[in-house]
Amino acid sequence: MPRLGAHSENGMTEKIDEGLRSELQKRGVWVTSTQELYNWGRRNSIWPLQFGLACCAIEMIATAASRYDLARFGGEVFRPSPRQADLMIVAGTVTKKMAPQIVRLYNQMPDPKYVISMGACAISGGPFKQGYNVLKGIDRFIPVDVYIPGCPPRPEALLHAFMELQQKIKDQQLSGKNKAPHLAREQPSEFPVPAFGAHDLEPSKNPDVFRPPHLERT
Amino acid sequence: MTPDPYFFLVIFAGVALVFPLMPLAAAWLWRRLAQPPKPGPQKNATYECGMESIGDAQVQFQSQYYLYCIIFLIFDVEAIFLVPFAVAFTGLPFGAFLAILVFLLLLLEGLVWAWSKGCLDWARIRKTA
Repeated sequence: MPRLGAHSENGMTEKIDEGLRSELQKRGVWVTSTQELYNWGRRNSIWPLQFGLACCAIEMIATAASRYDLARFGGEVFRPSPRQADLMIVAGTVTKKMAPQIVRLYNQMPDPKYVISMGACAISGGPFKQGYNVLKGIDRFIPVDVYIPGCPPRPEALLHAFMELQQKIKDQQLSGKNKAPHLAREQPSEFPVPAFGAHDLEPSKNPDVFRPPHLERT
Repeated sequence: MTPDPYFFLVIFAGVALVFPLMPLAAAWLWRRLAQPPKPGPQKNATYECGMESIGDAQVQFQSQYYLYCIIFLIFDVEAIFLVPFAVAFTGLPFGAFLAILVFLLLLLEGLVWAWSKGCLDWARIRKTA
């Protein structure tokens, strides 16, 4: 693996002195690294996959439209094909009938790919958690990067999640120990698609992805 | 010495070759150096809307749909005649009403005939001779 960008062996980024950099910028000299250039391009052109599941999708549409204008962050290019999408906004209630299709769409997206879990339903099942037909959180099957609480969350909340995701992409490293997971050869690109069974999805969760916090009751 | 007047074509061909090859080479280098390719059966699947594709795309199709098209065309044009009739309905004499009724009955007879001939059956079962 060749070294891209300035990294030391322990995986920490050897950053250029900020004072020196701003001094150089005043003289018209821009100093950057491959990693910064790569992440700058990626985080300012996040293309979401165009699909909505429930009422959160209406808020997502409002976010993309002129009043809230997701285009200010470079995310207005909603792609109808997973092949061209970087971001999956799971906007709404994921029913058990729909969950296999969502996992399959996620599998068909090329790396690097990100997931925003929007609204109470996508996080945990929301008001339908006790029901029989709603998945209790999309993070049971695919890794989620940003969660947005709310029922539904306002467009500002989605914009905030978008900015959080941009920050996350900005901090991803190209090489070293802490390099971004999609660059690792062993990190899977496809996740097992659950089958729609008689009573529940089979399997009901992917234990490699779903690690809920264990609460000790005293 | 003036260059050959067609020399710009050589430059044009060179640029046309190099310009698309550069991003392809950059993508190839990026794949080799930084990002390992991760193909998979689902990622390489033809259909990309989340559903699994079923069956073969190269299916045989009944050619008899042309009868459907002709019948549809006839009744589509009929609507064009019926709209002015409906608009002017209250001012029409009884003779005009009878005339349009005859026209409609003629078309209805055609429909009944086509129906009885089996033109409206989509997948026509072959009758054994």
